[in-house]
Amino acid sequence: MNRLLRQSTLPALGFLAILSFAPAVAAAPAVVKIDGSSTVFPITEAVAEEFQKAKKGAVNVTVGISGSGGGFKKFCRGEIDLANASRPILRKEMDDCAKAGIRYYEMPVAYDALTVMVHPQNSFIKSLSVAELRKIWEPAAQGRIMSWKDVNPAWPDQKIKLYGAGSDSGTFDYFTEAIVGKAKSSRGDYTASEDDNVLVQGISGDKGALGYFGFAYYIENQKKLKAVAIDGGKGPVAPTPENVDNGSYQPLSRPIFIYVNEKSLERPAVREFVEFYMKNAAPLVKEVKYIPLPARAYTGNLEHLARKKLGTVFGGQNEVGLTIEQLLKREAQL
Amino acid sequence: MSTLFLPAADLSPPGTGQRDMRRLIARHRIWDRLFGLLGVLALLFALLVFALLFGQMLVNGLPQLSWDFLTSFPSRRAASAGILSAWVGTVLVMLVTALVAVPLGVGAGIYLEEYAPKNLLTDIIEINVTNLAGVPSIIYGLLALGLFVYQFGLGHSIAAAGLTLALLILPVVIVATREAIRTIPQQIREGAYACGASKWQVVAHHVVPYSLPGIMTGVIIGLARAIGETAPIITIGALTFIAFLPPSPFGQPGQLLSFEWLAAPFTVMPIQMFNWISRPEAAFQANAAAAGLVLVAMTLSMNAIAIWIRYYFRQKIKW
Repeated sequence: MNRLLRQSTLPALGFLAILSFAPAVAAAPAVVKIDGSSTVFPITEAVAEEFQKAKKGAVNVTVGISGSGGGFKKFCRGEIDLANASRPILRKEMDDCAKAGIRYYEMPVAYDALTVMVHPQNSFIKSLSVAELRKIWEPAAQGRIMSWKDVNPAWPDQKIKLYGAGSDSGTFDYFTEAIVGKAKSSRGDYTASEDDNVLVQGISGDKGALGYFGFAYYIENQKKLKAVAIDGGKGPVAPTPENVDNGSYQPLSRPIFIYVNEKSLERPAVREFVEFYMKNAAPLVKEVKYIPLPARAYTGNLEHLARKKLGTVFGGQNEVGLTIEQLLKREAQL
Repeated sequence: MSTLFLPAADLSPPGTGQRDMRRLIARHRIWDRLFGLLGVLALLFALLVFALLFGQMLVNGLPQLSWDFLTSFPSRRAASAGILSAWVGTVLVMLVTALVAVPLGVGAGIYLEEYAPKNLLTDIIEINVTNLAGVPSIIYGLLALGLFVYQFGLGHSIAAAGLTLALLILPVVIVATREAIRTIPQQIREGAYACGASKWQVVAHHVVPYSLPGIMTGVIIGLARAIGETAPIITIGALTFIAFLPPSPFGQPGQLLSFEWLAAPFTVMPIQMFNWISRPEAAFQANAAAAGLVLVAMTLSMNAIAIWIRYYFRQKIKW
């Protein structure tokens, strides 16, 4: 029986042997820790990938996804060096950071255009005004606006099927604030998903569908969807990179950010990463289908670093309809 | 049926009783067959659903599967993205899970079955262990976030993840161990005692080896559950993009074993798959399917090891 017991350790040893796959690392490399929004993730991932290639393994970068809110929680606890955020830091989070003695730089890295979409065979919708969108999405519309005819009598009596972001996402916060006028205020009887691919499937399979999500998902699925031009008061504007650039696609253009812990910047690895980020962001942002900022925005971010311009330009509030121009003119405060 | 039939047979003339009996048996056979058919249909349905899902994954994922896929780090470009950090992370986390959950779970099971006195306390423990098996995994994640990550200061590390999953599968291992021990006939123990064996000898030489096949089944069911878990791992802070490996356990020269990897940040296969599935580019969906295939292969090879051990030990058992 002893022999029996001894042999039972063999498989365990075999399992251990798998470990020898991991190559040896001589000295522990510096680590840059990043966490936060899933919207900003593709951009930061692309930068991290290129940065690690450029540094040839001397610096390790980790990127997690825990949402803008979750990212700020970790950021203000000092657990991470950079926070990805699809909205500006809020008053409560500013207080948390201040209490923990964490000071930070706010750096816009790209723009996203929330895109409103209908089924590609929908022939009667070319553009929608903000007022029409509000009529469809406001909480009072629940159970009342059920057909396209209910929105505009000129449209056919076709059942309207709604698709939108889940209530935990920054996209939901921004869309409701921009359209309904109050963050998180929306009708509840629509198909909500945090996974935008589910929304793509839904809208492309339903002739009466209407939905919204980030620009990147629209670009990748152009054949299955039809983007609607948005009339924010100055005539219909289509969601294109040009229209976001010149500030005319409003109010559904939004800036997305990284926040950098001031203390972390004392470590050369973090400083180099942030500098690399700002120098290489434009082409990488474009590659992952977001809208890059003008070059002076990125150099401006680095100037803020050099001149120690800490804090946020938003004063703890989410704002809608801010153009790139207006954003760059603002003065940061802690 | 048969109780209804018996008095009627007594009243009938000879011959009819036999005919009735035949008819009744025939009728019962129809029910037998119907139920058998129903069972086969249920089985086929389950298999068909599995075959469809697996087939679709195979069609989508197989073209992506290559040596490069296994040895590359994640990337923003679907074609060059791989699962190296994910599968290494999964293997290391499972290793910690197994090393913690198996001794603790089997030990607890043996104690409860062979040593524990029958009293209120044991009953309470018993009820709790059974109930714990049904607690949603996210609850374990929240507990672990407070306890392992912050209280014990393990951070968002492989050790924290492994301990969390060990906690998660502990009830499964305990219950399986106890079930396996219960199947061993009492005569075996009595025979051993009669030969002068101590309690420890009875347990170590007879009870544990004979119940090992059952215990292994429980361990594998537990590990198979743990390998696919996403929620508790995300809760305790697994990463999504990580393009380096934890330090090797056989790392520095002059050092036999290093345990630095326990404190390393990590990601696991299900998180990598989830991230790819939610990407806009369709090419990432194929990557997710390929990662799914690898995950299934990992689970199956774990099962294969368990089946082999079970077979090996069954051969040795001679009652």
